[in-house]
Amino acid sequence: MTMHTLSVLVENKPGVLARVSGLFSRRGFNIDSLAVGETENPDVSRITIVVNAESSPLEQVTKQLNKLVNVLKIVELDPQVSVARELLLVKVRADRTARAQVLETVGLFRARVVDVAPDTLTIEATGTPDKLDALLRDLEPFGIKEMVQSGTVAIGRGSRAITAGPALRAA
Amino acid sequence: MTRPTPETLAHTARRARSGTGAAGDSDSAARPGRAAPAAATTETPVREPATAQVSGAGSLVRSLEALGVDVVFGIPGGAILPAYDPLYDSTVRHILVRHEQGAGHAATGYAQATGRVGVCIATSGPGATNLVTPIADAYMDSVPMVAITGQVARPSIGTDAFQEADIQGITLPITKHNFLVQTADEIPRVLAEAFHLAATGRPGPVLFDIPKDVLQAPATFSWPPALDLPGYRPTLHPHGKQIREAARLMTNARRPVLYVGGGVLKAGATEGLRKLAEQTGIPVVTTLMALGAFPDSHRQHLGMPGMHGTVAAVYGLQKADLIVALGARFDDRVTGKLDSFAPDATVVHADIDPAEIGKNRHADVPIVGDARHVIDELIAAVTAEQAAHPSVDLTDWWAQLDDLRERYPLGFEEPADGTLSPQYVIKRLGEIAGPDAIYVAGVGQHQMWASQFISYEKPHTWLNSGGLGTMGYAVPAAMGAKVGKPDTTVWAVDGDGCFQMTNQELATCALEGIPVKVAVINNGNLGMVRQWQTLFYGERYSNTELGTHKHRIPDFVKLAEALGCVGLRCENAADVDKTIEAAMAINDAPVVIDFVVGKDAMVWPMVAAGTSNDEIMFARGVRPAFDEDEL
Repeated sequence: MTMHTLSVLVENKPGVLARVSGLFSRRGFNIDSLAVGETENPDVSRITIVVNAESSPLEQVTKQLNKLVNVLKIVELDPQVSVARELLLVKVRADRTARAQVLETVGLFRARVVDVAPDTLTIEATGTPDKLDALLRDLEPFGIKEMVQSGTVAIGRGSRAITAGPALRAA
Repeated sequence: MTRPTPETLAHTARRARSGTGAAGDSDSAARPGRAAPAAATTETPVREPATAQVSGAGSLVRSLEALGVDVVFGIPGGAILPAYDPLYDSTVRHILVRHEQGAGHAATGYAQATGRVGVCIATSGPGATNLVTPIADAYMDSVPMVAITGQVARPSIGTDAFQEADIQGITLPITKHNFLVQTADEIPRVLAEAFHLAATGRPGPVLFDIPKDVLQAPATFSWPPALDLPGYRPTLHPHGKQIREAARLMTNARRPVLYVGGGVLKAGATEGLRKLAEQTGIPVVTTLMALGAFPDSHRQHLGMPGMHGTVAAVYGLQKADLIVALGARFDDRVTGKLDSFAPDATVVHADIDPAEIGKNRHADVPIVGDARHVIDELIAAVTAEQAAHPSVDLTDWWAQLDDLRERYPLGFEEPADGTLSPQYVIKRLGEIAGPDAIYVAGVGQHQMWASQFISYEKPHTWLNSGGLGTMGYAVPAAMGAKVGKPDTTVWAVDGDGCFQMTNQELATCALEGIPVKVAVINNGNLGMVRQWQTLFYGERYSNTELGTHKHRIPDFVKLAEALGCVGLRCENAADVDKTIEAAMAINDAPVVIDFVVGKDAMVWPMVAAGTSNDEIMFARGVRPAFDEDEL
């Protein structure tokens, strides 16, 4: 089992996410992370799916995804030649005694403080899943009151765009 | 008793309507001529579109007319009601069924018999959910069907309104695609897209769900619409390199088999298949979905493979060194235990659906394309190969297969208890009704016997529920087939269990003038389940006896008569021919024959579920003897 990152370009229409996610669940795949948003073309949305799977069943799911009428294109992103990022918002216990140490950690990870309360700091961080895990490990001793994490978004390196294929001209 | 005929009923009613109230024709000058069917709309250049101001419902019915729809099967209800008003004046014939499941299977039967898109209509909620089984059935068997369902008005969606069901959500996994129409102006485009999706590529059912307020809203009807399906591009033409590789393998294999599935029928590739088979001399097996794609009487036809296939077909695949799969999907009923299926075979797998290739069995040569193009190009490539070098001699292979055919032909034993043999009834039915008739089966023993003992010589003469195995398919599907092919004799071969699920559509047939014929193979039991209980559950017959023998409940002759049909009964072999002939002579009403047959007959050969095809049993306790060294 290995992690695969799929970029799925879909028509920006109601119900498309349910069609895509339904295909995964019906075939017994657990989606590790999912992120959806519009692209440079407002008629097209991009779904980034991270899934832990063997290659051959994943190929079958990819073929089934391609059959969905609203799916325009599917690209599996190779981690070697792509950039993947997640967004993390975390509320950490930080009273007067701990605040300086928390801020030091924030600085080390090039994170940002986005909200301050007398006994907590809310921190925003973006990065690879590994970097965010490391940040969370460092913050854990102070006490994490609440956290929320986005799905992975990913894009290929270099000048080529996956939206440039013939599939999207019609859209 | 006066019996309605097609002429006296629906048609005269329509004539009367258009003669008196000309509401439907008053604006006919503004109507566009019949547009090309959905499959061709993409190529139709958009000239000056005809436009008219109508309601959403009017737009829906006009779109159906423009798409060339001649008949729809349905039942009205609250949410779909606005559509039924313009339908009243339409050239589209609406056949009022008795249950939505009947509408769905009728649409399937119509589509399977004619190759055109079948259409069914139901209202929201229970009307729509009653279509779920036929939609799933059409999905499994890749039948082009459009299901039109009413939906509660847009402001009520999601409020648990009266007769609300999320039919789009419910049918997500069992449709090729589905639509919830959002505005009245998009009706022509979305309906044309639905027909295009249903009919092209790998065909399948498409659901068109339309809220009541959209049907009632004012709309601009404009035809032809421009389709907007950027993500839908079925591959029709195969890759030349793969075709050449397949042709090379076909001319070099020592034990090749053509494994033909329903895709060949759907692509209209049966002529080409015959040419390819004759040019190469390769043996042919046709799956349950492909019966009729290659003449049963052809010398190169080994029969049907799979759980109840012929010994020659099962072993042909099992021992092949090359399997050329054309529009087939390596279904578990064909392969048996997958990891022991055809262990020595190189596989060429051609299908229009790339997701089928390699799904169950690895394909050494994958070919994505429409079966007609694939076969035509294979013929050309094989011709080139044959010109370059002599093909491998298949004499030895044929000698082995012929020996198996001779030693293990399809057959049956007369029941020892003197009861009527179901296989004999079905065999005689096929011989008397002949190869021009259409045969529609339910699901179970009678279905398998109908596949084995009727000779199919022509495409689209065998209709059945192959993938989903839907009991109750036969009567409504036969009704749909007869509507599509009114000049063809249509026989439903049904079981007493199946028949009790959907026989209410015989009332529709009687009233609408659809003279189908039904042979109920009445063994008083859920026969196939009983067979499994005999073989695998120690003859403990839990809940398989139906009482149609012991108590004659229901009495099928009386039931047939109550439904406006002619009811006949046959209980011994001597009466079989004359009863069938009596039914063949009745053309102004549906006929039901209650064939009271023995309950102990079993379907053979059989590969038990989950076992290897090597374990095929020719009869109970009889395993074919094979010279393993020879094969």
